[in-house]
Amino acid sequence: MTVYLTESPLDLGELLAMVQSPERGGAACFLGTVRNHHGGREVLRLEYSAYGPMVEAECARIVAEAESRWQVAVALRHRIGRLEIGDAAVAVAAASAHRDEAFVACRHVIEELKRRVPIWKREVYADGTVEWVGAGDSGTAGQRVSEPHVTAGLGGETS
Amino acid sequence: MPSTAAPPFTVRVLLFASYADTLGFDSVELRLEAPATVGDVLVRLRALPGGDRLPPRPLCALNLTHVRSDAPVSGGDELAVLPPLAGG
Repeated sequence: MTVYLTESPLDLGELLAMVQSPERGGAACFLGTVRNHHGGREVLRLEYSAYGPMVEAECARIVAEAESRWQVAVALRHRIGRLEIGDAAVAVAAASAHRDEAFVACRHVIEELKRRVPIWKREVYADGTVEWVGAGDSGTAGQRVSEPHVTAGLGGETS
Repeated sequence: MPSTAAPPFTVRVLLFASYADTLGFDSVELRLEAPATVGDVLVRLRALPGGDRLPPRPLCALNLTHVRSDAPVSGGDELAVLPPLAGG
């Protein structure tokens, strides 16, 4: 069984190795790393937390959807815990016979992860404050997640 | 045998991140009477101390799957109330 969540540093090469094969001539990757600023404020580090069992379930669904929609193999992993500036938080690798499907599947998987996978981050700022990212606009997040083109079965409320 | 109302059942509610901070706990068992929906569980949750600080339409997942507030709940279900997602 694939494990999508880890507390260890991410290894993009390992993900690439999981999807590459002789018949897949194109591989695309995405690596999301911790940024040193947000909303004009200096960020010192991030603390990621997650609803682990659902992360595994939802990531499995996203990967399965991508692999049925395109002729691709997809690997995906998200790190949680304390991350420093520049650390990789999420990695996606998609490989296909040709580059087009690899790129589009890679993009699709990271966008769906951000919309659907229950992971949260707390930013620690240089001014000493600590805030949950997105908490200031709570109540609208469900609308973002529930846009109609999202896969059937995805909830959230439209208003 | 006389008919009786459906017995109450228990749903486990999980809170995360900013919502857990707001309510001061990360899980609670709530007893409901059938038939009940996710929305009914949220009404009960809002009645708890700090519950009024939850947004009007929080994102919810029932047994690891995103659901709308009209989804039915039953005994043993796990309902997660999810703050704005921030993965990636």
